[in-house]
Amino acid sequence: MSLFDKKLADLHTELDKGEITVSDLVNASFKRISQTEGKVKAFISFDEENARNRAKELDEQQSRGEEKGLLFGLPAGIKDNIVTRNVTTTCASKLLANYNPIYNASVMDRLHAAQSVMIGKLNMDEFAMGGSTENSGFHNTYNPWNLDYVPGGSSGGSAAAVAARQVYFTLGSDTGGSIRQPAAYCGVVGLKPTYGLVSRFGLVAFASSLDQIGPITKNVEDAAYVLQAIAAHDPFDSTSAEVDIPDYISALDGDIKGMRIGVPKELMGEGIDPEVKEKINAALKVLEGLGAVVEEVTLPHTEYAVPTYYILAPSEASSNLARYDGVRYGVRADNAENLIEMYRETRSQGLGAEVKRRIMLGTYALSSGYYDAYYKKAQQVRTLIKHDFDEVFKKYDVIIGPTAPTTAFKIGEKVNDPLTMYLEDICTIPVNLAGIPAISVPCGFASNGLPIGLQIIGKAFDESTILRVAHAYEQNTDYHKARPEL
Amino acid sequence: MEFETVIGLEIHVELSTKSKIFCGCSTEFGAPPNTHTCPICLGHPGVLPVLNKRAVEYAMKAALALNCEIAEESVFDRKNYFYPDLPKAYQISQLDKAIGKNGRVDIEVNGETKHIGITRIQLEEDAGKLMHAASGYASLVDYNRVGTPLLEIVSEPDLRSPEEARIFLEKLKAILQYCEISDLKMEEGSLRCDANISLRPVGQKEYGIRAELKNVNSFRNVQRGLEYEEVRQADILRDGGEVVQETRRWDEAKGRTVSMRGKEEAHDYRYFPDPDLIKLKISREWVEEIRATIPELPDARRQRYMSEFGLPEYDAGVITMSKDISDFFDAAVQTGADAKSVANWLMGDLIGYLNANEKEMKDIQMTPESLGQMIKLIEKGTISNSIAKKVFKEMVESGKDPEKIVEEKGLVQISDEGAIKQMVDEVIAKNPQAVEDFKAGKEKAIGALVGQVMKASKGKANPGVVNQLLRDALNKL
Repeated sequence: MSLFDKKLADLHTELDKGEITVSDLVNASFKRISQTEGKVKAFISFDEENARNRAKELDEQQSRGEEKGLLFGLPAGIKDNIVTRNVTTTCASKLLANYNPIYNASVMDRLHAAQSVMIGKLNMDEFAMGGSTENSGFHNTYNPWNLDYVPGGSSGGSAAAVAARQVYFTLGSDTGGSIRQPAAYCGVVGLKPTYGLVSRFGLVAFASSLDQIGPITKNVEDAAYVLQAIAAHDPFDSTSAEVDIPDYISALDGDIKGMRIGVPKELMGEGIDPEVKEKINAALKVLEGLGAVVEEVTLPHTEYAVPTYYILAPSEASSNLARYDGVRYGVRADNAENLIEMYRETRSQGLGAEVKRRIMLGTYALSSGYYDAYYKKAQQVRTLIKHDFDEVFKKYDVIIGPTAPTTAFKIGEKVNDPLTMYLEDICTIPVNLAGIPAISVPCGFASNGLPIGLQIIGKAFDESTILRVAHAYEQNTDYHKARPEL
Repeated sequence: MEFETVIGLEIHVELSTKSKIFCGCSTEFGAPPNTHTCPICLGHPGVLPVLNKRAVEYAMKAALALNCEIAEESVFDRKNYFYPDLPKAYQISQLDKAIGKNGRVDIEVNGETKHIGITRIQLEEDAGKLMHAASGYASLVDYNRVGTPLLEIVSEPDLRSPEEARIFLEKLKAILQYCEISDLKMEEGSLRCDANISLRPVGQKEYGIRAELKNVNSFRNVQRGLEYEEVRQADILRDGGEVVQETRRWDEAKGRTVSMRGKEEAHDYRYFPDPDLIKLKISREWVEEIRATIPELPDARRQRYMSEFGLPEYDAGVITMSKDISDFFDAAVQTGADAKSVANWLMGDLIGYLNANEKEMKDIQMTPESLGQMIKLIEKGTISNSIAKKVFKEMVESGKDPEKIVEEKGLVQISDEGAIKQMVDEVIAKNPQAVEDFKAGKEKAIGALVGQVMKASKGKANPGVVNQLLRDALNKL
């Protein structure tokens, strides 16, 4: 068993007893990376020197017997759209290939306080736009379960690195499913918190009203620990919620007897792979066996979620990405004769096809004469979608369905078919539009040997309940223990 | 054909908060380029804005002073366009849920009061400054100004002449100055003005096609630019032509306006609510709290000066136009000095001094107490009015109190009849021609003789006593 398969509490006990050191954990991480990274290619860059120095620092602290941070000594990988001081932050875009931040994301300060050790920055779809990590401006990432397949996206590197046990945990970001879908594809746990629970300060914006940082881990307990460390009000983020942060770790325990589970018929109907449906139903049986009440519910506006999302997210993105003009930072095209050419060439050369496509979609939707028909209408539909969830949550504690309609697809299979690719997000997008939390946990394998994810959706700021349901399910199944052969 | 002029103004005012509107950087003017910047105002990847509460309060204060309704819920929108002085490639501004709307400013035109509507007052962030290198091959950007809180005040098209526009601007500036929310210096860009002007045949309801006059550097030039436009547009219309809707700038050297860009180059700013900022909720309690901080405004003061001190309307108007001068007036009168005398000194010697030396009240050393003392010295006859002018200048420049100046420079008025008599006798002896003239009935000749005595006394002789003794002596001859 790898060190990274051990329970967090057990690792901390071993550290206390002096059986292992933080340097051992960091060494193990780099060793595993050297063995597997050639196949998986989860990372964009490494921060090895700082990681080893930090490990020594923490080992000295351990030897002084000082109190440990919640994530003490744990090797972590960070999605490359989370800003890290003095460590290149590229968003997997050629345009930012040389961007070396002068500040830290608030979430990085939280991790520093919790005393985890950053190993490196993880691959993703450029600016988090995509569902396969094939839109990275640098290279693909490969699904550890089958290297011919995508790891999902946009946090593909974050999910693959955990599945390959290259690090103990990772952070991803989720705008329309970018944590949960790759977690499902790679057979790991991915949690998208309620919008506003984790600070977005230092998360490079894709769609500001939807983006949220969250953990990807090998099990539910780790997800609770990481969430505990990063959830906090941040005065630097106006959309950060001022709520009391519950004890997520103790919320894991306790039974789910009598808990009411709604299963939306819209997420279990047409377009969902029969094998996926079968595994979800089997999971629901497990939960019923634990005393939960499972009933079919309806989220009537679900069919509008994808079009709504593909108006709102690109609209915000078209504005958020306008700052990458080559003036102050980033890679500036050097063949321009004047200002307009400098803008045009910098962006033409630096940005990839999918990013350009979404900027154009959003620019169009916000243009004068179209705003009411697109952006404004989409905002109204967003309200209806949120209302759908509010209605169900009046009677149910959680909503359960698949995380994705299928298992991972082959690399290259959907690259030229963006619309089909967009529909992959049908199960996850409504959750972002409603701003509520959801977790994806492994619930079995399809006949192709690839993992399937179970999505548990909760009320706003009720991460405790979805963590408890997920944990109860996990305790009664073995899927999270399966590891890819690499 | 007779035309009616229609003018509406857009005024930008930089708020004098210590820090910027969405980050903690200083707003101080004149720092070395790019020293007042941080990742937030430089628009680095991942940064987020946090609204400066003080900027909101300043905006509310201005809006209330301009009789606006304050929104219960105000929204910030993104105005998207590319320019190197705009780091995020969008300006955070307000579109239709601005902080204030439906306000009013009263101006006096030809002795009559006219109401000028304020359409809205919105809060936004300023951009940086581009500087073009002399070589012509490079442009440099200074981001210090980026994120300075800016108030945009939009007037209704209620102004009917360039003069009204200037009077309105002066009044608006005075009101804002009283609110102490901005330095209001056009030369430093903390006050900027754009004007829309169109003509229509007298009696026509619809507005004509307008031209926008951009970024004029003084109120005087706003008036001149608009006067030029009035003539230019009238000429076009009389010739049966059509005014082009465009942006024009005032070329001061040539004394005319020139076209900057046409309507076809107008931007589509793709406004949408900024998802990084939450709706700004303004409680009525907060509004009342801010309302309570608004001092007595120029109109109220002017009325008070007229009713309480009996100042003529003109004097009251001039003094209240500047808060600093008006505050000084109030403080000087508080010391017991005669209000009309204080007003005369301020309107004459003080404003003259400030204008001649391009100084402001804060640059001068004189205190209201010392002006009060000086006026009492005149009343007591210790110094004459002409001596007082010297004392006044010294007070303004050194801040010394008047008695000390009078003592140090030996400026005490000579009222001693014996001493003056001696000088009178000497002057009579030396000026037989003037004495002859006076005797011959030329009353004016006494003026020259008084002047001679005053000169002999180095201006210190009491002019009343001189006059009396001179007449007595001449009559005895």
